[in-house]
Amino acid sequence: MAEELKLFRTWSSPFSLRIVQALKIKGLEYDTVLEDLSNKSDSLLKYNPIHKKVPILVHNGKPICESLVILEYIDETWKQNPLLPQDPYEKAMARFWAKFGEEKVLVSIWSAFTSQGKEQEEALATTANNLKFIEEQLKGKKFFGGEIIGYLDLAFGWMANLVSIFEEISNLKLVDAELLPLLSTWMDNFSNDPVIKELWPPRDRMVEKFKAMREPYLNKVIV
Amino acid sequence: MATRDVKLLGTWSCPYVNRVQLALKLKSIEYEFIEDNPYNRSEILVKNNPVLKKIPVLIHGNKPVCESLIIVQYIDDAWPIGPSLLPSDAYDRALARFWAAYTDDKWYPLIKMLRQAEGKEEKEAIIAKLAEGLILLEDAFVICGKGKDYFGGENIGYIDIVLGSSLAWLRVTEIVVGVQLLDQTRTPGLAKWAERVISNDVFKDVLPETKKLLELHEKIQAFIKSST
Repeated sequence: MAEELKLFRTWSSPFSLRIVQALKIKGLEYDTVLEDLSNKSDSLLKYNPIHKKVPILVHNGKPICESLVILEYIDETWKQNPLLPQDPYEKAMARFWAKFGEEKVLVSIWSAFTSQGKEQEEALATTANNLKFIEEQLKGKKFFGGEIIGYLDLAFGWMANLVSIFEEISNLKLVDAELLPLLSTWMDNFSNDPVIKELWPPRDRMVEKFKAMREPYLNKVIV
Repeated sequence: MATRDVKLLGTWSCPYVNRVQLALKLKSIEYEFIEDNPYNRSEILVKNNPVLKKIPVLIHGNKPVCESLIIVQYIDDAWPIGPSLLPSDAYDRALARFWAAYTDDKWYPLIKMLRQAEGKEEKEAIIAKLAEGLILLEDAFVICGKGKDYFGGENIGYIDIVLGSSLAWLRVTEIVVGVQLLDQTRTPGLAKWAERVISNDVFKDVLPETKKLLELHEKIQAFIKSST
């Protein structure tokens, strides 16, 4: 039976991009369905009725949702170029840091990007603390996965794209190369990796998009 | 495996800790339980979970693993002998992970919110959300359980552990708020599943008794009142 592999995504979603990157690493062919989240397709709503979000990977008619869950599914289904470590402890660590990335790093960076005044100062301090932990994880390694890109690199990949965009828009320094040299180098290495490089969404469109997303937060009156 | 090789930092009343206890018990892994007071974190906790400073923490041969869902999966990976906690099929595993994440991110936090809610309207809104969630979980039970007793099929599996560990505080919340959340008529499959789970020996051994949790809840309420 021919494999049917379909990816529902948007042009800009960093979570969807993780899946595009993973599928490329695995050398898999698939169809793309580009969604407009302001006008979600019936298929999107059918395949992800609970969260109504992208990405959704549909494999032989069966949908998988939530990007980190999709990454593990891809890794377990196609064994070439493994993404997760084999060792149970290393695997647990990769999952831990991916979760930390979602729940703490992304949240604090987004908060710093969209807030002002004291709230922004606090978000920047939290971000700095969070990033110190991530810096530690890169000691002696080119990528989080070691010599080659793995699951955790894909989980943090959004940083390699969005941090400089957020910094440009907001004039904030989110990742200081002097304070976080390993993380800065990782961001460069990941961005420019031959497998990853061609997949970034157009930067000018991204800047425009995130500028627009930031607007309503700026117009909030600070009491 | 020597008992001292596996340690669990946690507290008896925390459902996230209970999950790990359930996993260890299902795998027949001996371990040392180190009670950690959530209101007065120990040095051993901060040393082993410096990032989040939360329980549970599993320490296996001096290596700490944190976050309950990650610990349960770790237990399944590190002790391949014995019953599998996660399904063997990759798609079923993806579903199990999806529903575990849903339970933790969207559904379970509502239970504590309900206990802390003030005012009828706020409570009713949360109750409605919980009810919606239970209907989704009922569907999940049908799909994942495939007509068998548990989400894991014939045997207790990952979602049974993740959702089952919430039943103790669910029951306490029903009593405290005076509402029936898990309902035979709305979610018959899930209601029967819950009865099966709480009468299962492994769960009976691990999940705290309703009476003890109620006492704890009252103590916490009194403490909150006295400090405001």
